[in-house]
Amino acid sequence: MNSGTPSSSAGAPGSAESAAPRRNSKRPKYSRFTQQELPACKPILTPKWVISAFLLVSVVFIPIGVVSLFASRDVVEIIDRYETECIPLDSRNNKTGFMWSNADKTCNRIITVTKHMKQPIYVYYQLDNFYQNHRRYVKSRSDQQLRNPGNERDISTCSPEDTTPEGLPIVPCGLIAWSMFNDTYSLSRNNQQLGINKRGISWQSDRDRKFGKGVFPKNFQNGTAPGGAKLNESIPLSEQEDLIVWMRTAALPTFRKLYGKIEVDLQAGDVINVTLQNNYNTYNFNGKKKLVLSTTSWLGGKNDFMGIAYLTVGGLCFCLAMGFMLIYLIKPRQLGDPSYLSWNRNPGGH
Amino acid sequence: MAGGRIRARIRRSHLYTFACYRSPTTQEDGPHDFQGPGFSRIVYCNQPQMHEQKPLKYCTNYISTTKYNVITFLPKAIFEQFRRVANLYFLLAAVLSLTPVSPFSPVSMIAPLVFVVGLSMAKEALEDWRRFIQDMKVNLRKANVHKKDGVFALKPWMKLHVGDIVKVEKDKFFPADLLLLSSSYEDGICYVETMNLDGETNLKVKRSLETTLPLEDDQTFKDFSATIRCEDPNPNLYTFVGNFEFDRQVFPLDPSQILLRDSKLRNTAFVYGVVIFTGHDSKVMQNATKSPSKRSRIEKQMDRIIYVLFSLLVFISFISSVGFIAKTKRDLPKWWYLQVPDEDSLYNPGRPLTSGFYHLVTALILYGYLIPISLYVSIEVVKVLQALFINRDIHMYDEETGTPAQARTSNLNEELGQVDTILSDKTGTLTCNQMDFLKCSIAGTPYGMRSSEVELAAAKQMALDIDGQSQASTPQSWRKSSGAFSEVELETVISSKDERPAIKGFSFEDVHLMNGNWLKEPNADNVLLFFRILSICHTAIPEENEETGSYTYEAESPDEGAFLIAAREFGFEFCKRTQSSIFVRERYPSFQEPIEREYKVLNLLDFTSKRKRMSVIVRDENGQILLLCKGADSIIFDRLARNGRTYEEATTKHLNEYGETGLRTLALAYKKLDEAKYSAWNEEFMRAKTSIGGDREGMLERISDMMEKDLILVGATAVEDKLQNGVPQCIDKLAQAGLKIWVLTGDKMETAINIGYACSLLRQGMKHICITTMNTDAIVEDPNKAIKENILMQITNATQMIKLEKDPHAAFALIIDGKTLTYTLEDDMKLHFLNLAVGCASVICCRVSPKQKALVTRLVKEGTGKTTLAIGDGANDVGMIQEADIGVGISGCEGMQAVMASDFAIAQFQFLERLLVVHGHWCYKRIAQMICYFFYKNIAFGLTIFYFEAFAGFSGQSVYVDWYMLLFNVVLTSLPVISLGVFEQDVDSEVCLQFPALYQQGPKNLFFDWYRIFGWMGNGLYTSLIIFFLNIIIFYDQAFRPGGQTADMTAVGTTMFTCIIWAVNTQIALTMSHFTWIQHLFVWGSVVFWYLFLFVYGELTYALDVNAFRVLSEILGPAPIYWSTTLLVTVACNLPYLAHISFQRSFNPLDHHVIQEIKYYKKDIEDRHMWRNKRSKARQKTKIGFSARVDAKIRQLKGRLQKKYSSMSSNGAVAQQT
Repeated sequence: MNSGTPSSSAGAPGSAESAAPRRNSKRPKYSRFTQQELPACKPILTPKWVISAFLLVSVVFIPIGVVSLFASRDVVEIIDRYETECIPLDSRNNKTGFMWSNADKTCNRIITVTKHMKQPIYVYYQLDNFYQNHRRYVKSRSDQQLRNPGNERDISTCSPEDTTPEGLPIVPCGLIAWSMFNDTYSLSRNNQQLGINKRGISWQSDRDRKFGKGVFPKNFQNGTAPGGAKLNESIPLSEQEDLIVWMRTAALPTFRKLYGKIEVDLQAGDVINVTLQNNYNTYNFNGKKKLVLSTTSWLGGKNDFMGIAYLTVGGLCFCLAMGFMLIYLIKPRQLGDPSYLSWNRNPGGH
Repeated sequence: MAGGRIRARIRRSHLYTFACYRSPTTQEDGPHDFQGPGFSRIVYCNQPQMHEQKPLKYCTNYISTTKYNVITFLPKAIFEQFRRVANLYFLLAAVLSLTPVSPFSPVSMIAPLVFVVGLSMAKEALEDWRRFIQDMKVNLRKANVHKKDGVFALKPWMKLHVGDIVKVEKDKFFPADLLLLSSSYEDGICYVETMNLDGETNLKVKRSLETTLPLEDDQTFKDFSATIRCEDPNPNLYTFVGNFEFDRQVFPLDPSQILLRDSKLRNTAFVYGVVIFTGHDSKVMQNATKSPSKRSRIEKQMDRIIYVLFSLLVFISFISSVGFIAKTKRDLPKWWYLQVPDEDSLYNPGRPLTSGFYHLVTALILYGYLIPISLYVSIEVVKVLQALFINRDIHMYDEETGTPAQARTSNLNEELGQVDTILSDKTGTLTCNQMDFLKCSIAGTPYGMRSSEVELAAAKQMALDIDGQSQASTPQSWRKSSGAFSEVELETVISSKDERPAIKGFSFEDVHLMNGNWLKEPNADNVLLFFRILSICHTAIPEENEETGSYTYEAESPDEGAFLIAAREFGFEFCKRTQSSIFVRERYPSFQEPIEREYKVLNLLDFTSKRKRMSVIVRDENGQILLLCKGADSIIFDRLARNGRTYEEATTKHLNEYGETGLRTLALAYKKLDEAKYSAWNEEFMRAKTSIGGDREGMLERISDMMEKDLILVGATAVEDKLQNGVPQCIDKLAQAGLKIWVLTGDKMETAINIGYACSLLRQGMKHICITTMNTDAIVEDPNKAIKENILMQITNATQMIKLEKDPHAAFALIIDGKTLTYTLEDDMKLHFLNLAVGCASVICCRVSPKQKALVTRLVKEGTGKTTLAIGDGANDVGMIQEADIGVGISGCEGMQAVMASDFAIAQFQFLERLLVVHGHWCYKRIAQMICYFFYKNIAFGLTIFYFEAFAGFSGQSVYVDWYMLLFNVVLTSLPVISLGVFEQDVDSEVCLQFPALYQQGPKNLFFDWYRIFGWMGNGLYTSLIIFFLNIIIFYDQAFRPGGQTADMTAVGTTMFTCIIWAVNTQIALTMSHFTWIQHLFVWGSVVFWYLFLFVYGELTYALDVNAFRVLSEILGPAPIYWSTTLLVTVACNLPYLAHISFQRSFNPLDHHVIQEIKYYKKDIEDRHMWRNKRSKARQKTKIGFSARVDAKIRQLKGRLQKKYSSMSSNGAVAQQT
């Protein structure tokens, strides 16, 4: 080949030389990564593995289910629905009108303790059909304002409860704060006041960081539209735990919020008198209101579902394990039997 | 030519009969008369400065195949990106996120979009950069250009101008379309290899005009000037019209003076030419169609899935809107705490429809998580990495040429796993276009001990089988029992395999002929004649290697080269060719010095594809006139004299044997002429030669015909067209993988069939269906119609034959030539043809033009609807490569055309096996699983948002914090799915190669059919239901902490999200069957990262705004219910899938399941024998392929063996005869 180009240019030999190292550099370097030969574990679902996996799940799940179920059964819960009963009989066909009126809204309820309740007993209010998770509602707050006294004009997100008609910023602004729950409960047993401790019902971090120690309510509930609770303007937001709890918007339209704690045990058969101020208007939208007294277990409140779900899944896995065991016993397939290969199964397949 | 060896200048035109003959009539034709549009180009030769301004300013010789340049990149690339529907949707969503309609913060919408689009654009830029580099390599090649005053200097190609005079040396490419002015040959002839243009390997002769012949060295160009008027740039390779004005005379130009860019100068020391068309004006570039952007089948289907999801998205958005309208109208006024209506009318019970419309937009954005924004970008990342693996695969690196495999686009990786039909070029793809002289038959005696590749493989396979049969007994006992057998048959075959030939083109080995031993043979005079024919009957030119003193030959066809080398090795060295003589050095063992004999060449009747033979009439030193002829056996046998058929029977038998083992055969014959007869004929011949008129060629042919008869058969040659390494094995494996292989070649039918044999596409016992055009000589009124009817009849008959075939193992091969193909490709016939072709195990199309290749490819692609892959190496394959679903170019050869047009470039055909069976299979599965999983996870996640809406008054509030959602697709779940797409292997590469049939999972599309897709979607739906409702019920109203606190939205959302992360990551872990540390890291790392993120995020002040402050450390972390919910939901989500795959594996295992198990239990080691049997069983189903061929051969050998045994038992001795 080269003999034919004796007068070839100087470039040719040069390029030939340079070709040699380039050639070598083009050779892909061997590495297990690029050759896709990294050591790997290749688990295969052999019958042994299948059965033991299902058994393992059932072995783990069934005890958990049993334990959760027991925990849930230990919880004592008393629920008292009061929104209808607390309206005087004559006002019951115009509940909203009653709520708007200045009539006395005090209401007495009697609760009987069915089972021994160990302290702390948590007092909740439960609202129903109340969409705290509505987008318009959720967004209507200003966390900067709640946190920092300097940010009280940081109210752009709070519309329509951002300013008073005079243009003064509302602290705390927004629909959430404005519509705060304002029924109050006072409990007594045998004519003895049961103290409800309202401290420590909110998250520590909320009190420390989210709601400023120097932020005091201002111009709150001064507007024309009557909202919910009024706030004591001399107490900083960080200590207004009802507000802090309320501001944690619930995920569902039915929700419970912590009202306080009773720090004495209640005995079975105890009769508790509840004097409540039925201030909060849920009658527009047929919202139920409930007062709940409940103890807790390590798992939280009364929650049978958890245990049942665990037991169900565990049981299902056990059945599956048994089922597969039967299948493998009745109709075993030799693992790696090449006669199952598609080209061996249907002759002339391709 | 300073320092160079001056080559004997030969007036080749005197030597050749047909192609090179300069017809005297050309001078008499007037110049072409043309005017008007299409013929406006004017070229001032040697005055490139004239072309520096308009209107004569033509485009430069710079070529560019890039998609973008610096300026157009941004707008164009962005436009490209937003042509994807999904991206456009996200762009719209991002814009809307700036309005109050949006449920999310703008950052959480814009950031992922920018990330995703930016990444795709970066990839585009990188790929375009690579193209640019490749272009520049070509543009910077140097050409020798006339500067001034007869001085030539080197210039890069891109700097060439129209009108430049270029000197091109041997074996160099032409830098632009040139007009040939003169060459190193006196008569201005040069040889051109147009492999890159049309794939034909035989050289083409070009000749300059008579008038420019004096321009034969550098100095003559000092003040040369001329003008060319010619046609405008056009893509037609075979036409050219122009006039050459020189010395106030006008000469017509035709295609034979045009040297096209990308063809190569051969057998000619140098040529001078003037540049006519540059750069993109040149014919080859005009021919280059814009490479179509190809999309894989999976991607197209993915689009359909996206449409399905879009519909789902619109549907659920619509549902939400309806719900929202109902709620707004009926309930909202009662919800005093919302203080509706608001100013923006987003919540206006008075105008529910307006609000409803706004909400529809909100919902469309909100549920956008159904459509995975990161899908495209993840797929792109995965594909780039897959392409990297293809590029880096050491098993696809060709040591000889130093080229690794190259995935030129990463778009089609998974398409490689779905190929159904392979359309292959022949020359340079299947074969190296290098011939080895292997065997010959002289005077009825076969010579040549070496075996062809097919024989070797057969022997190997047989040895294996015997091994297998006698597994029970020890090897020694086997040796004893069948020792005789191995001696007679196998060892002769196997032993010859070790040392492959040291001499290129010569693999002959037989002591009877070598080293002058032929003199002792009984037919020595015939052998002598045989060698003389080999050394004299050709058109080659010898070239002396100055160092060794030996000769190499420049031959028009590689066969001829192989003959000359063979003759040289036998002692008949062709050493010199002059105008009228051929000199051969004959070496006899009895003499020390070789004798140089001169043969006067009287006439040369050269080869044409129609004649299929060539002859030379020589006068030897004794004055004897001889006609020496070689040609296709059928042609020669027809022309034998009655007394020349002595060896016909034996030779035919040998020829059949040779053909069967895949060799190219030619028959050699001669005839003695007496003086008077010859001169009478010669007179007639000369008259015909100088005659004027169109029928000159026909006349010459007839007269030649008269001479070439009454021949005496001497023998036959068998040349192995060297297949590229491993081609038969590769075709074998591909056939086992269920792929159909079509060969489309420009070669003649015989060659194509021979190659078909050699590369095991055809085998003995296969029924050949040859479809050809009938002779048009018969005078019919409408020849075209008659031909078509005839072809249609042939097709119908053949189809009928296939249909009626009873034997299920019968295999058919369809062979069709290019001319017939032009008819069959017409609309009314093509489906019949396709129908027939699909029924055949192999299809060979011969003499097809590049365009036909593309048409056939399109026919297969569109007619069968299956994926096609075209593989080729030359520019003639470009059309086919671009037309096919996947184009593969053979790189490493010099031409880059095919590679530039291809999607994948490999150095050798044999790498195709690995590319398809390993990489294709993997990529297909990876991408398919990956996409399915993608949709699954986004449905699982997206639907939970929808369910929550029903509980939030359809207000458009999401239960999750914006940042979780942002991270979900981009960070939290993307790496595991990418690791699935990059690293998943159902079985490792070795097993893929051992079980090629596994490949069928791709073409059958087992992993991406709608059944599977909807299965995954159903799984996503189930998961979303489980996740949402279990969480909601558990966190409904009860305290979730011993401290009595109830869960707020953030706590519920975070728990739910944790469950999602766990569920989808566990799911992907169940999906994977191959865990390296990377998968473990990514899958479990994602889960860990989620907790880390949650912790860190909880510490940020930012989280204070969204109630997520210390959500993990203070609120959820200490709650046992959080952890137990996660466990419960994760297990519940994956339980059905686990049960499903366990059930499937135990009852209806897929192929890869079984093979995994085989591997797992190391069955292959314990039970090798059984395994091989199963494999061979799989193989028997394949009708073509190497092993099918080998099987046929084995049957034949076994038959012989049987005979031999019987003869052994009777005689006790065996005469070795093959």
